[in-house]
Amino acid sequence: MSVVRVPPVLRDEAGGAREVEASGQTVRELLEDLTTRLPRLGEKVYDGAEIRPYVNVYVDGEDVRTSGGLDAPIREDATVVLLPAMAGG
Amino acid sequence: MIADSLLDLIGNTPLVALPRLSPSGRTIYAKLEGQNPSGSIKDRVALAMVDAARLEDGQELLEPTSGNTGISLALVAKLRGLKLTCVLPENATPERRLLLGLYGATIVDSPAEQGSNGAVRLAQELAAADDRYVMLFQYGNEANPRAHYEGTGDEIVRDLRRVDALVAGLGTGGTLMGTGARVREAFPHALVVAAEPLPGDPVMGLRSLEEGYVPPILDVSKLDRKLLVSNAESVAGVRALLDREGIFAGVSAGAVVHVARRVAAELPEGSTVVCVLADGGWKYVSAPFWTAEDVERSMERSLWW
Repeated sequence: MSVVRVPPVLRDEAGGAREVEASGQTVRELLEDLTTRLPRLGEKVYDGAEIRPYVNVYVDGEDVRTSGGLDAPIREDATVVLLPAMAGG
Repeated sequence: MIADSLLDLIGNTPLVALPRLSPSGRTIYAKLEGQNPSGSIKDRVALAMVDAARLEDGQELLEPTSGNTGISLALVAKLRGLKLTCVLPENATPERRLLLGLYGATIVDSPAEQGSNGAVRLAQELAAADDRYVMLFQYGNEANPRAHYEGTGDEIVRDLRRVDALVAGLGTGGTLMGTGARVREAFPHALVVAAEPLPGDPVMGLRSLEEGYVPPILDVSKLDRKLLVSNAESVAGVRALLDREGIFAGVSAGAVVHVARRVAAELPEGSTVVCVLADGGWKYVSAPFWTAEDVERSMERSLWW
């Protein structure tokens, strides 16, 4: 079971929680499980095929877009962080 | 060494080896961008953007910034006789605010809880409403990554015979895109690795995901890895650089060296990693994290990148 950290902008959809649980053997499975448990949250992050444009998903501190994508395997108790796209400079 | 203008001293920064922080058998080099005239790597971007712009009489510069780009633009504007207004999040550090004013910029505040995203939005509104303003726009201006391709990256490939990984901070994406492209030209197998800040909750006060912002110049597919670094990890990196190598660097530099050490350890023996340290520690001297018991808590309300 993985812990999924929810940013402030998505806490409404998580029923106010800062952390929720989800599981899966791949990123995709985990996002699908998240959508099953918390549909409003899941839909904001995952459109059924891809991660939505203004959201980043990190597994064990690494962005899944560069670490092998949605079908990459993940550890049993990976930490998942959801973040909105924020710029700097 | 003689320069006719301070602006001629932008770039050509040194690489320094980090023998005490490099994992055994690997070499990490740090590129000291804090040695630019106004103290950060953004001097390169500011000069390049102003040089590339066609400004008419009476036009003024307007730019959203969390600080460093504003300071660099203020320096260039001062020496080129231009006026500059910076849109700055309220929770930018006091040193940035002070320096912007000292260099002659006018400051307009954007809401703290929206971070740099809020500054971008407000700046776009102001620029659209007033013809006087020219927004060079570091987030979308090709002169930004080009400055890094022609400067930061070119210097690295001239200095080193081998680069297996490049690590830099992700703010606008300019350093990674431009430096990464030039490094890959010379060393096609080199990994381009982004160190990305994990902002505190109070700085992520977006009302919806649609308020998220992805800089137009950033192409994530050009990154080999994108690693999140917390405020506490960044500060640990700052302390490691200072304690072990005597280098006094800024918060994003701490994050970059944290990632560089991890990446170096995962590369084969004999590998060379270059990490770009965007600024020095001087702008963070009065920050609360040096003595805080809870480093993360002490940093979560401010913008550090």
